[in-house]
Amino acid sequence: MKASVGNPRLRALVYQAAALAVALIVAGYLVSNTLANLAERSIATGFGFLGREAGFSIGETTFMSYSAADTYLKALAVGVANTFRVALIGIVAATVLGTLIGLARLSRNWLLAKLAGGYVEFIRNVPLLVQLFFWYVLITENLPLPRAALEPLPGVYLTNRGIFFPVPAAHPAHVWMFAALIAGIVAAFLFTRWAARRRALAGSRPPVLEIVLALVLVPPALVYLAGGTPTEIDFPRLSGFNFAGGTAFTPEFAALAGGLVVYTAAFIAEIVRAGILAIPYGQFEAAYALGLRRRLAMRLVVLPQALRVIVPPLTSQYLNLTKNSSLAVAIGYPDLVSIANTTMNQTGQAVEGIAIIMAVYLAISLSISAFMNWYNARMALKER
Amino acid sequence: MKALVMIAGVLIAAVAAVPQQAAAQSTLDTVRSKGYVQCGVNTGLAGFSQPDSKGVWRGIDVDLCRAVAAAVFADANKVRYTPLTAQQRFTALQSGEIDVLARNTTWTITRDTGLGLNFVGVNYYDGQGFMVPKKLNVKSAKQLNGATICVQPGTTTELNLADYFRANKMTFKPVVIEKLEEVLNAYFAGRCDVYTTDVSGLVAVRASRAPNPADHLILPEVISKEPLGPVVRHGDDRWFDIVKWSLFAMLEAEELGLDSKSIEQHLKSANPSIQRFVGATGDIGKGLGIDNRWAYNLIKQVGNYGESFERNLTPLGFERGLNRLWTQGGLMYAPPIR
Repeated sequence: MKASVGNPRLRALVYQAAALAVALIVAGYLVSNTLANLAERSIATGFGFLGREAGFSIGETTFMSYSAADTYLKALAVGVANTFRVALIGIVAATVLGTLIGLARLSRNWLLAKLAGGYVEFIRNVPLLVQLFFWYVLITENLPLPRAALEPLPGVYLTNRGIFFPVPAAHPAHVWMFAALIAGIVAAFLFTRWAARRRALAGSRPPVLEIVLALVLVPPALVYLAGGTPTEIDFPRLSGFNFAGGTAFTPEFAALAGGLVVYTAAFIAEIVRAGILAIPYGQFEAAYALGLRRRLAMRLVVLPQALRVIVPPLTSQYLNLTKNSSLAVAIGYPDLVSIANTTMNQTGQAVEGIAIIMAVYLAISLSISAFMNWYNARMALKER
Repeated sequence: MKALVMIAGVLIAAVAAVPQQAAAQSTLDTVRSKGYVQCGVNTGLAGFSQPDSKGVWRGIDVDLCRAVAAAVFADANKVRYTPLTAQQRFTALQSGEIDVLARNTTWTITRDTGLGLNFVGVNYYDGQGFMVPKKLNVKSAKQLNGATICVQPGTTTELNLADYFRANKMTFKPVVIEKLEEVLNAYFAGRCDVYTTDVSGLVAVRASRAPNPADHLILPEVISKEPLGPVVRHGDDRWFDIVKWSLFAMLEAEELGLDSKSIEQHLKSANPSIQRFVGATGDIGKGLGIDNRWAYNLIKQVGNYGESFERNLTPLGFERGLNRLWTQGGLMYAPPIR
């Protein structure tokens, strides 16, 4: 590279280095000035508080136990896990519901199409916070107290403390069954890849569906039999103030998850509908000409092409759902924002708390984006 | 949402202000130049701070705000109120959005030393209690094992609650909701077995919010000390003194037997303590940088502590209890005004 002002590459490099230096200096100034001002006002700083005992309780936890004697770090981890739980369940359920409604809106059945259209227009245009309050009040005001619980199915109780249902009592065999299930899924995945390669090479393929089902279901069943067929069921039963045993969805979780699913599904429905309508009708006609029925034409010809249109906007809906879960604060579900707010208030360290919230949401959102981009790249048209 | 806006405010204030500038403009100067005291109060707790049917704020915390305004401006009405939730209150004060926080706030060492704030004193000695519906047949907090308990986040209540159940080897399920309205709705709807906050809050809520107050029982156990008092920003001693002595003047006036109706007659009193108090002799205003007759104006317009208590809390069924003057066996004690 020639070292002269006339060299465009060198000039570009210098400009970029200068821009970077300015950005770093501004960032450094902001940070040092913030710290100086916080110190001036005797406001505590630093992340040392994360190791201190939190001292407050949390209503529900996911995958981990927590007590008031644990640290702030653990409390925030519980918040992250709770956010994950509601986001994960919400994304899966909203995708299923949204796809069904999107397809229903395209249905040739007049009533079904109009109902789906009404759903989309109504739900999309009512603010989510209002819907969350609606679901929460619906549950807490209308369902009975535990002592007068509704029992729609034996062992399932509807109360304003939550929805309680029985689960198989904890047994060591369950862990092994889960491991066997995971192993079965991995085996099935490898098998389908092998089958696809074989079809490409040999033109014929083994009965994939049957073998996959067997691979997934048989190992856990064998472990279950080998583990002594534990049949004990943990039924919820009334004890003291509330139900004990079994498992439960709390009203806060149910209202938040339900609200997010119903709301996001309306947007996903429109995305699915738009994706399908984006495929030229000639594709249907071509599929019909090959003798495929409407359902098969949809599944084999149109949907795979529509997915390319659907996936990118779907990603933003997933991100929206995850971020909207922070509205949990309003109805008392202990998500990350709710717990970080409490932490900020108890320690007074708002700057650190906000930084943690931003970092966690950024990490979650970037992971979802990365996954969806990978999926999108797989679905995209491959030019050979 | 408002909390986030305020936190953003703190961030901006912290980032934008050049360090030396912070001390230049004192709170008293700012308050004088804008012409009113911006006071942070509860979003609606009967007896402490709540708008009445005409939209006028009433309560002993509101009276404290009015007392400060009367001391500074000789006009108790020069106050604007900012209703705050438990979670918003400290941020609002730190960011400079309010000048005084009078929102039934418990004085603890963490808050006094870690938040860049100073507690000026105590205007209500309180303790934490539990309220349950009578139909649960619970007579003691020791019977609450396994209960679901409604509580507001960001309070000392939330921490005491966890401590109490740990100490007594009991478990509970918290339902934590920020807005007072929403947390009370949850309790009255039966989402929780128990509502916990300071006993004063329980009494106020039972009297003013319960569909039928007789259906709810406040359990006998008081599980903590909750000295509630006004708060100002750390580092402005002049303003700290003004708010502190406004509170003390209300106590001192009650001790001296001065109230809003009689203080006029005492202007010519021969008692030297009273003469100093009303500003006829001495210079009690000079050190604070305000009018020498500030205490007279304050009592004339707002009344003494006992009057404020009887006006706001007695109608709701509050007992004076610990909040009697020290001369009557209570804890309320003001240093001499001389």
